[in-house]
Amino acid sequence: MSLALSLPETDSRLAKVTARDVNVHYAEKHALKHVDLDIRSNEVTALIGPSGCGKSTFLRCVNRMNDMIENCRVTGLLTLDGDDVYDRKIDVVQLRARVGMVFQKPNPFPKSIYDNVAYGPRIHGMARDQGELDEIVMTSLERAGLLAEVKDRLLEAGTGLSGGQQQRLCIARAIAVAPEVILMDEPCSALDPIATAKVEELIDELRENFTIVIVTHSMQQAARVSQRTAFFHLGELVEVGDTEQIFTNPQHPLTQGYITGRFG
Amino acid sequence: MQLLILTVVLLTLATLGYRLGRGRALASTGGNPRLLHSLPSYHGYYVAMWCGLPALLLVAAWLALEPSVVRMLVMSGLPADVQTLPEERLALLFNEVRLVASFGKAPSTPAVGVAAEQYLSLRQLSFAAMAVVSLVAAVLGLTAAQRWIQADLRARNRVEKVVSVFLVGCSTVAIFTTVGIVLSLLFESIRFFNAVPITEFLFGLHWSPQIAMRSDQVGSSGAFGAVPLFAGTLLISFIAMMVAVPLGLLSAIYMAEYANPKFRAIVKPLLEVLAGIPTVVYGFFAALTVAPFFRDLGISLGLSVASESALAAGVVMGIMIIPFVSSLSDDVITAVPQSLREGSFGLGATRSETIRQVIVPAALPGIVGGVLLAVSRAIGETMIVVMAAGLAANLTANPLEAVTTVTTQIVTLLVGDQEFDSPKTLAAFALGLVLFCVTLVLNVVALHIVNKYREKYD
Repeated sequence: MSLALSLPETDSRLAKVTARDVNVHYAEKHALKHVDLDIRSNEVTALIGPSGCGKSTFLRCVNRMNDMIENCRVTGLLTLDGDDVYDRKIDVVQLRARVGMVFQKPNPFPKSIYDNVAYGPRIHGMARDQGELDEIVMTSLERAGLLAEVKDRLLEAGTGLSGGQQQRLCIARAIAVAPEVILMDEPCSALDPIATAKVEELIDELRENFTIVIVTHSMQQAARVSQRTAFFHLGELVEVGDTEQIFTNPQHPLTQGYITGRFG
Repeated sequence: MQLLILTVVLLTLATLGYRLGRGRALASTGGNPRLLHSLPSYHGYYVAMWCGLPALLLVAAWLALEPSVVRMLVMSGLPADVQTLPEERLALLFNEVRLVASFGKAPSTPAVGVAAEQYLSLRQLSFAAMAVVSLVAAVLGLTAAQRWIQADLRARNRVEKVVSVFLVGCSTVAIFTTVGIVLSLLFESIRFFNAVPITEFLFGLHWSPQIAMRSDQVGSSGAFGAVPLFAGTLLISFIAMMVAVPLGLLSAIYMAEYANPKFRAIVKPLLEVLAGIPTVVYGFFAALTVAPFFRDLGISLGLSVASESALAAGVVMGIMIIPFVSSLSDDVITAVPQSLREGSFGLGATRSETIRQVIVPAALPGIVGGVLLAVSRAIGETMIVVMAAGLAANLTANPLEAVTTVTTQIVTLLVGDQEFDSPKTLAAFALGLVLFCVTLVLNVVALHIVNKYREKYD
């Protein structure tokens, strides 16, 4: 952990996820270079940067979604609560139960709303009986702010909901597994402004119980929902700090250029 | 030969028309193609069409009508006592006239000889007239169309219109052929149902289509209860699906979800080779290898297995159908969006949980559609069952016994010398109609399901 000392602005005691010298290669491409980043508990950390800068790649390292991509090689140290995520002893199924994910495009399963939310608890055997499962589904829908809209049609197909409702259903599905960290990969990019506002509001509420990492292309969104912001450029972490500081007083010229819209 | 020369002449005229039209269009604007509404080549095609199409259509119509007109004229020239002969005799007589005229056969009566000469002269006259009329039409079309050419003539639109009419014509050929086949099936079946009541055919339990030539022969009355045939077809198809669906579906799942791309690139085409093996090869494989194997296996287990057991035919047919099921299922499984897989993996599901609970349910409509297409293929399959299934119409559900199928019976009913007015041969049309209806319904339902599924994810 001596590396942590070289980053004076991070506070390791609060870190839920830490990355030390994380590198990702896709075949010949060096997609992520020597990234050191701490993600604090019960905060929203926004990852921003131009397309192809590695922010989604970093996100997908945390729950090892990169494992599914052939020729993808991850080196360095990534920990969740101090456990090495890439350790052989870690079961990727259990890891993903602790680190949930919400994707760019809403991807409800072609099942009923109820079954969509119950999917995770069922595969992890989280409920002892039907009553308990009902409880989990209802609570998750409630916390995702969707219950009022769908409580009369829980058995209808999840794919029949509007785009914004589908995305909140996916968030409900993710929190039903009771993860500690939720990764969000541009969760609003396929949504209209009203649905986006609802999801952003939801993200802010979820912060109380979860640690959230969100990749976004919208700097306004990063400014609205996050407490900390990390700026990536060409696979490198250029700057990380409190959101307010990044947007008002960026230290690095590249960050300044990006947030003032000079490139990106 | 003469006809060929005429066609070549007409086509040459049309080519000439193309050059003339093109040149004239360019000349009309003083050599500046930009002032033309359409490209010069469209003007060329425009003239060529006016030159060639009416003439060729005339030739076609002439050729279609000529034989009957000539026949009428020749027949009316025959002596009056001949003209009162019945229709079949007249047809025979006219046939003889044609043979005498075309191949120099010796006429049986002087009247035929006279008629043959008349026939020949009429044919020649008709051809000469046709040539003249079509050439005149071509030249008229060419000169007229050439005059109509000016800068603002919408030659392109007219040429495109003709092309689209031509394309519609081509596609109608296929449709009308199908309609013709269905109608002929239908009419022959109706003739059959006049002899054998439709209820007996559809619900009768006894099938023995032999009808005696002489009344004192054994088994002189045929029985046309097709239920044993339907049952046999269903039994063999069912066994085939029992083999093809699990093997095909599971291999598709492996190919789509587990196999690495290199392995898949090699094995998928190999599996599809199964579909390219001629069915007759499967047939003798079934009859000479699989059926004896099952029989011997049965003997060693103390079971009596017919050497033409439904099991052998069904298993081999199932193997033939595997690529259908696996290829179609593979397509629909690969069409399930990657985002659903990621969503499931992201929740901590394993690969097999994802496949069982997300991918297969999502792909199910497509898989069902593929299976239905395979069923219709199994029901209509002929060669394997002709070679490996039995001929006796047993009504049984025991896969170890020999059964016969609709397709096998159609083949046996029509093979060899047959008279086409006995219920025995007509029964083949009725069976064909039933087969056609069943596979048509299966195909329509299957395609509907597959398309509905496709729309969902596009």
